[in-house]
Amino acid sequence: MTRYLPALAATIFAVAVWQVIVSLTDLPKFILPGPLLVAETWWKNRAIIAEHTLITGIEVLIGLGLGAALGVVTAIQLATSRVARVLVQPMLVFTQALPVFALAPILTLWLGYGLWSKVAMAVLIIYFPVTASFFDGLMRTPPGYLDLARTMQANPRAVLWYIRIPAALPNLASGLRLAAVYAPIGAVIGEWVGASKGLGYLMLLANGRAKTDLMFAAMLTLGVFSVLLHLAVRKATARMAGEGG
Amino acid sequence: MTAPEIIVQGQATIGAAQLFAPLSLSLAAGKWTCLLGGSGVGKSTVLRLIAGLQTGAVFDGSITASDGGEVVPRVAYMAQDDLLLPWATVTQNITLGARLRGERPDQERLQRLLGRVRLTEHASKKPAELSGGQRQRVALARTLMEDKPVILLDEPFSALDAQTRADMQDLAVELLAGRTVLLVTHDPGEAARLGHSIVVMEQSGLTHCPPPTADVPRKVDGLDTLAAQAALLRMLRGEAA
Repeated sequence: MTRYLPALAATIFAVAVWQVIVSLTDLPKFILPGPLLVAETWWKNRAIIAEHTLITGIEVLIGLGLGAALGVVTAIQLATSRVARVLVQPMLVFTQALPVFALAPILTLWLGYGLWSKVAMAVLIIYFPVTASFFDGLMRTPPGYLDLARTMQANPRAVLWYIRIPAALPNLASGLRLAAVYAPIGAVIGEWVGASKGLGYLMLLANGRAKTDLMFAAMLTLGVFSVLLHLAVRKATARMAGEGG
Repeated sequence: MTAPEIIVQGQATIGAAQLFAPLSLSLAAGKWTCLLGGSGVGKSTVLRLIAGLQTGAVFDGSITASDGGEVVPRVAYMAQDDLLLPWATVTQNITLGARLRGERPDQERLQRLLGRVRLTEHASKKPAELSGGQRQRVALARTLMEDKPVILLDEPFSALDAQTRADMQDLAVELLAGRTVLLVTHDPGEAARLGHSIVVMEQSGLTHCPPPTADVPRKVDGLDTLAAQAALLRMLRGEAA
């Protein structure tokens, strides 16, 4: 636990500064509510916040699962087929140059106001980091292993399975850890564009009614959720990354 | 399994520069040939060419076996880096070749080899739990598991401490008996201990040096061995023998 102490201390310090600024400047609470008010609002609205968090959470987890699976499959395809590399790689980079956010309205149009337009948004956002990091790992197998495999008259599928994929798992782990941070952003953007549930919807709603304290409460909940998700994914991928285990 | 003699003839260039001049190297059947030389003279390139590995150099020549068979499918390779897969156990590492070819590993042979490299009780450990010498013994067992008549060793003992290196040399000579072995090394002492034939490689070509008369592995402190070691070192330093 001691390694979380500095983070905890920094958080307490930041909250204290926030409270001091609010107390000294006497800003109206719809401009900047203080942490005490936000905490109070959070507690009062905990049932609503929990309900919306659950929705966003489901979107994020499905998006993370689908995006990671798609990324893994794409990376393996790219790594094993020169044709796929030549055809797909430039396209993949090009799609990254597009602002995915701009696609949110059209996704809502295609997939409706429900869960799937948000899942799609999360998938779109994490697909590239997962694909790129795993692909990178697959293409950087230590050359000594490949030399050894060659002298053993290995077949390429076995080399992929026994050497290239295991050697690339630490890269996949860092891709997944990034994805855990990005996926909630994707889901929330989807919710901003059109939704009747979820933390993004709640934030927009609170903002529109000048309930800035509720907006902050929802936003901080999203932040805490993302951090917890990141920590969970970190733990889940510790063996993959070769950190003990 | 009868080990063939391997004959390398040719020259290698990198771009416009010559890596090594036309040379003719023969690895006597069932014997140890030590190829000795400084860094960058292309001795590893010779070994990699025999193994059929990429070298970055263009080789103009031929690599043949005395029995007319193919060379590349009959070699096993061991490098300075033990190349153990860190995520695999000792057993999985030793049987890597079979697994990579989609074959079922020969369990009996595996157990026998584990015993001969004294690793039976470490069979299910990961490489990180082993010492440098133990790791190199796993690599040796993996090489032997392949059961190939031609063994290519690229400075496999150079990263070990002195006494572990001498132990490994003894073990390798014992276990590789009867196979055609090429040992690439920069260590004159190693060449003097292990070579049935000792060849010094320089950019200008190869020089065959008379090995000591004693049987390999020669005693580390044998006078013959030490004299040969000194002569080889003088030669490497460019002094007349």
